[in-house]
Amino acid sequence: MSIFAEVPQAPPVAVFKLTADFREDTHAQKVNLGVGAYRTDDCLPWVLPVVKKVEQMIVEDNSLNHEYLPILGLPELRSAASKVALGDDSPAIKDGRVGAVQALGGTGALRIGAEFLRRWYNGTNNTATPVYVSAPTWENHNAVFSDAGFKDIRPYHYWDGEKKGLDVTGIMDDLENAPEHSIFVLHACAHNPTGTDPTPDEWKTISEVMKRRKLFVFFDSAYQGFASGSLDKDAWAIRYFVSEGFELLCAQSFSKNFGLYNERVGNLTVVAQDKDNLARVLSQMEKIVRTTWSNPPSQGARIVAITLNNPDLFIEWKGNVKTMADRVLLMRDQLKAKLIALGTPGTWDHITQQIGMFSFTGLNPKQVQYMIKEKHVYLMASGRINMCGLTSKNIDYVAESIHETVSKEVTSHWTGSDITVGLPVERKRCVARRSWGEIFTFISFSDSLKMEKSCCFLSW
Amino acid sequence: NHKTLETSWLAFLASDVHPPHDWSSISWWSEVQMGPPDPILGVSEAYKRDTNPKKINLGVGAYRDDQGKPYVLSCVRKAEAQIAAKKLDKEYLAIGGLGDFTKACAKLALGDDNEVIKSGRNITVQTISGTGSLRIGANFLSRFHTEARDVYLPKPSWGNHTPIFRDAGMQLKAYTYYDPKTCGFDFQGALNDISKIPEKSVIMLHACAHNPTGVDPRPEQWKEIADLVKKRNLLVFFDMAYQGFASGDIDRDAWAVRYFIEQGHNIVLSQSFAKNMGLYGERVGGFTVVCKDAEEAKRVESQLKILIRPIYSNPPMNGARIAATILNTPDLYKEWLGEVHGMANRIITMRELLVANLKKEGSTRNWKHVIDQIGMFCFTGLKPEQVERLTKEFSVYMTKDGRISMAGVTSGNVGYLAQGIHAVTK
Repeated sequence: MSIFAEVPQAPPVAVFKLTADFREDTHAQKVNLGVGAYRTDDCLPWVLPVVKKVEQMIVEDNSLNHEYLPILGLPELRSAASKVALGDDSPAIKDGRVGAVQALGGTGALRIGAEFLRRWYNGTNNTATPVYVSAPTWENHNAVFSDAGFKDIRPYHYWDGEKKGLDVTGIMDDLENAPEHSIFVLHACAHNPTGTDPTPDEWKTISEVMKRRKLFVFFDSAYQGFASGSLDKDAWAIRYFVSEGFELLCAQSFSKNFGLYNERVGNLTVVAQDKDNLARVLSQMEKIVRTTWSNPPSQGARIVAITLNNPDLFIEWKGNVKTMADRVLLMRDQLKAKLIALGTPGTWDHITQQIGMFSFTGLNPKQVQYMIKEKHVYLMASGRINMCGLTSKNIDYVAESIHETVSKEVTSHWTGSDITVGLPVERKRCVARRSWGEIFTFISFSDSLKMEKSCCFLSW
Repeated sequence: NHKTLETSWLAFLASDVHPPHDWSSISWWSEVQMGPPDPILGVSEAYKRDTNPKKINLGVGAYRDDQGKPYVLSCVRKAEAQIAAKKLDKEYLAIGGLGDFTKACAKLALGDDNEVIKSGRNITVQTISGTGSLRIGANFLSRFHTEARDVYLPKPSWGNHTPIFRDAGMQLKAYTYYDPKTCGFDFQGALNDISKIPEKSVIMLHACAHNPTGVDPRPEQWKEIADLVKKRNLLVFFDMAYQGFASGDIDRDAWAVRYFIEQGHNIVLSQSFAKNMGLYGERVGGFTVVCKDAEEAKRVESQLKILIRPIYSNPPMNGARIAATILNTPDLYKEWLGEVHGMANRIITMRELLVANLKKEGSTRNWKHVIDQIGMFCFTGLKPEQVERLTKEFSVYMTKDGRISMAGVTSGNVGYLAQGIHAVTK
């Protein structure tokens, strides 16, 4: 009898299944607004010109080899990446209390941070420390913290489905009522999936409460530069919190802003009280890295490090980033304009108010199904679209499809069987237990999410 | 009151938790202990700091040429040039990695014509080199192999095996392996211990070039082990980090893995391309589960993805591309086989030279094991005090257990090394 006889089939990861379904679709006008990767106006992946240049430099440098990097990664990458997040003139960096761990993408940075916190934060091996993730959030946040050992992962109010914006009251309530020392995962900018960020004033209020309630700040920064086109503007929240004296972790990804998706380049920036605390923290993170991947991959790290540390290349990179951000902004403007011109029911201001790669259209799961099945426009069940999937060639078709979908009497009543990925519905508060094969799914966003409803969900 | 309720609720949720820290101190991290330096990689750090021009680094298992320099394989450079010319994009790989790589990786280990591959009853995923592969495997067993929590490692084993399995939630035990009296394989001791391992436990076997001892079972000994392991109904976890590097022959080094499968063991297997392709920092590896059938393989694959996604989402492209290009291009593959053979040969030559030089120094000790052992490492038999002297007095850097990386030995330094070893052992 096989030892694996009882291993259940796990559901596919939704976002990748969507792309797989898209690939199989033979419809001539199909559009993929699923996975978060940048596309040019020809709907092609874009290897940044500066990346091509640096890769050529690496190929031509015969002094380079494939030897192991240190456990914590390439030093030139770690320091340069932290500088990008915190600013060249960061007092914290000058004080020597900023360190970093090179990681495999933003995911890897989050995981190392989560593992560290579970072992060393709020006691030792305190798996009961509550971890708050936004409602909705990137679907993988939940699993990262859960697999790191945390048993109590909770949503904090974030998206207000009715007003299609930030649920400020909800956020503040949750911050006030969270147990002291709870960990909060904050999206530094370009919130995934809603594209809705707090304003600077709202960040200030959040910071005030978090300081008073002794809550832990864990930033997820996957889109620096990509959101507004400005590195500094997109890092404002991180830098503000650092200036307010928080010890924090910041998981950085260079997948999107460098277009280095498959090279897995990330950085976990650690801001500690002082050098001594920093040293001990990094030494423990080293042990975590050693049993996870031993040392990180070198190729992507080299590309980013060379670029960030060379003044000319750095400027060129910023230009490339702005190119991407600008195209997204253009698509936002145009989509909204076309929807208005078509007279599509509803308000569409959120399309241009939201920021970054994603937009939370407000389409409900039934409408999403219609878009996919009838119009062959692929988007996430949450109504999230990747703006990068829009081009001057398909934007009319997409606008018309949305118009048609919304105009029809597609009811908002949702049943689990309508979801293409066939996930079971689990309406249980996501604390304590996690059984394999059972995945929490999300509830329609046209209903405003109430804590009393006790639904825990993963959004994608 | 609220705080009492909260505290007791937390305690209820996680009964093995320590009470929350008193936050009158300023930093969150004041209670974080300084972690001890990694014993293996720490050796290289110490070596770097040493200013003695005669210093030798026999610590990390990274291959060096006869000038003591890192060696980038010619087939790797060619593959890189080919890849660069293709101007590929950088889109995310699938969670399980590059298909061209994983297929070739499985074939390399199991053989082109293996029935397992033909029937589709293996699942092979790309991993972050050997460590990443072991960790995925450990996590998978921890989650799904719930009848037994124990992993039996050979005594000794690679230092990182223990913390990997521990962090994954498994318990570590050991079986006799190395005989310090002979500096060889304690076959009877191993059989004795294995015969007592509780059913369904996991047993870790080094496929070839055992790390750290360099001591491998002979084929007839492997056969008996396979038999006994089957009788005990144990789950076999093969760690193959040196295929090709041990004997110089890819098939010969995979013999044990293939034999076990032939005998009906549905093994799990970790592979690394760090050493045999010199792709250390690119992090290229594979994890394979041999399943009952293709249907089971699909289920297992789906669960591996669920495990991988919250660690690093999907693996790095660069190294896998290089490896796939080499494995799938006949000319490059042939060149690679030659280069692996060359690296293995240099190691074998150094072993012979070291023993010859020790004899020349006048050493009367039995150094036969240096030649009998295989692969990158040699368990010299030196005691910790002797190692310390060797490091302090001769600037020879190695791990405390007496392990040396033969790859760090060159025709230029072997004489000096022999001097030092003789000096501390006479």
